[in-house]
Amino acid sequence: MQNVNFSIPSDEVMAAGHLGCAGCGAALAMRLALKALGRRTILVVPACCWSVIDGPAPYSAAGVPLMHTPFASAAAAASGVRAALDFKGDTETTVCAWAGDGGTFDIGIQALSAAAERNENILYICYDNEAYMNTGVQRSSATPLGAWTTTTPRAHLKDRPKKDLAQIMVAHEVPYVATATVAYPDDLVAKLQRAAQIRGTRFVHLLAPCPPGWKIPSEDAMKVARLAVATRVFPLVEVEPGRPWRLTVVPPEADLEEYLRAQGRFRALLDDPAALARVRAAIGERWQRITRLAHD
Amino acid sequence: MGPHRKPMKVIEGTHAISYAVQRSRTAVIAAYPITPSSGVVELLAEMCADGRLSSRFIAVESEHSALAACAGASQVGLRAFTATSSHGLAYMHEMLHWCAGARLPVVLANVNRALGAPWNIFVDQTDSLSQRDTGWIQYYCEDSQEVLDTIIQAFRVAEGSLLPAMVCLDAFFLSHTSEPVSIPDQDLVDRFLPPYTPAYALSVDDPRAFGGMVAAEGYLELRARIEHSMRRAQQLAAEAAREYGAIFGRSHPLVEMLHLDDAEIVLVTSGTVAGTARTVIEEYRAQGIHVGMAKIHLFRPFPFDLVRIALGRARKVAVFDRNISFGCGGIMASEIRAALCNIRKAPTVFSFVGGLGGCDVTPDTIREVVEYTRRCDAPEQDTMWVGLPEESRQ
Repeated sequence: MQNVNFSIPSDEVMAAGHLGCAGCGAALAMRLALKALGRRTILVVPACCWSVIDGPAPYSAAGVPLMHTPFASAAAAASGVRAALDFKGDTETTVCAWAGDGGTFDIGIQALSAAAERNENILYICYDNEAYMNTGVQRSSATPLGAWTTTTPRAHLKDRPKKDLAQIMVAHEVPYVATATVAYPDDLVAKLQRAAQIRGTRFVHLLAPCPPGWKIPSEDAMKVARLAVATRVFPLVEVEPGRPWRLTVVPPEADLEEYLRAQGRFRALLDDPAALARVRAAIGERWQRITRLAHD
Repeated sequence: MGPHRKPMKVIEGTHAISYAVQRSRTAVIAAYPITPSSGVVELLAEMCADGRLSSRFIAVESEHSALAACAGASQVGLRAFTATSSHGLAYMHEMLHWCAGARLPVVLANVNRALGAPWNIFVDQTDSLSQRDTGWIQYYCEDSQEVLDTIIQAFRVAEGSLLPAMVCLDAFFLSHTSEPVSIPDQDLVDRFLPPYTPAYALSVDDPRAFGGMVAAEGYLELRARIEHSMRRAQQLAAEAAREYGAIFGRSHPLVEMLHLDDAEIVLVTSGTVAGTARTVIEEYRAQGIHVGMAKIHLFRPFPFDLVRIALGRARKVAVFDRNISFGCGGIMASEIRAALCNIRKAPTVFSFVGGLGGCDVTPDTIREVVEYTRRCDAPEQDTMWVGLPEESRQ
């Protein structure tokens, strides 16, 4: 662990009384993100769990200005907010699109790709709970291989790998791409503080455990998110143009089955040795790919 | 002519829009190209590039994103504009509802073009008329001067009512026709259109959430407020038209009433068809035949009172629609019937549909409509198609 800032700002920007579920990774993600970004931040939130978590009008838990916007439009609406602030001469306020995996990997990827290609001066944070959790656990393209959701039922588990969005964003040659998770708050805050200092499109892929969707006890959310990193399921990286990928936190390796057994959504996968082997191989190959990128 | 005279500039309809957007001091422009509206943003992009315009121009990847970007800018409290047409407007549909619900006074120019399938790039008003329930103020224009003047007025009416506004013009017949247009002086436009200063906007000094969930009662109330504001927008539009006329010497009534004092038959039109119809109406008048015309300039809010004044005394009303709501007929005709339904001795309404997909509407087409209406006591069908090949008429 190098160049990691261990001090998390004490300012509690986000208010208590949000509407997240117990153990919600997305709620904690926002709390940490706003500590990192500070009060001079405007959030643009498409349809996602946070459309609910922020609370019913006129209440708002975020503590910073927040624009709700339709599902596919986070990056575009954020571009408009940015343009308007720039027109007013305010180039300092951080415009942060805050979207779930559905609004990022799926319906919002067109607007995101376009904003990245234009290198809009926005920070895009995808809090990824690996399915459409707000609508009741339907698969998204962020759902991992072998996972159960209501639309990938036991008899037909997700048979395609999770879309590699960090790679896709790196391919846009944007100035900053990182992955983070709420289980490593120092790393998360350091990355967002770094991102806040950079101009252009910055993309942070943030793994946010969802106790009801992952079928885990709410008190296990942090443990499971830590295991996601330790099992190499979700490597924590930082990518800036012209430099090798940087693995920011590499805990001692844990066995994949420990991660899978902790979650009800993988129960059927664990009953199928062949499928489990495929999942294990895919995670191993991706880890090899990322370590190669990190060492080049 | 009024007090303000200027030399005319010969420009295309799309460029008349661009000049209006420039004169309106628009802060953010976001757009995606589509024939036949592309010229609007081409000139605006050029103006931004060469410094004639200090707006931020965002070349987005879709119309949905164009309107989302405008929404973002408008939510910050700045003036935002986009232009589109046909499929582009259809692709914006979700954002159209959102802008109205969020009370964002974005202004949009829509070039009325046919929707596929099959592909067709020529005039048909169904693209915007089928968005009539989205909560947008809608204007329809006859010529490029009216387009330019209406865009500037649309910003004022939209910002006064906190509702978005759409200014519509016919594909090619107007968008790509070069006409002499008077481009108003900046200081006069500034006098007419003050800066937009909303009471609430995205600001780190006053953190608020916009568009968050509301429960049933709150939603009902917010919808009622939109309706109230929309109705009030007619008054604002009338005031804007009046004041614009006083400053610039050009007036575009919300419903233009031509020879309606003694007209037994009134032709109702909108868009460029009105220009063609004018000459035909004058021919009838010269022959002593009591025919008049009502041109619908403001369509949303629908000016029910003005329509009743215009048509209430006529014996027959012939509505020419360059649009179609399948299973119901001409869209303007439906609105006209609704406006007239509760008045005593309401005129008989004849509904004609034609000119779709760019079919010519010539003086002969208008004569055919007027002659049919003169000849028959009542229409033979709810909707009568004009210009169909003989074998398709049944």
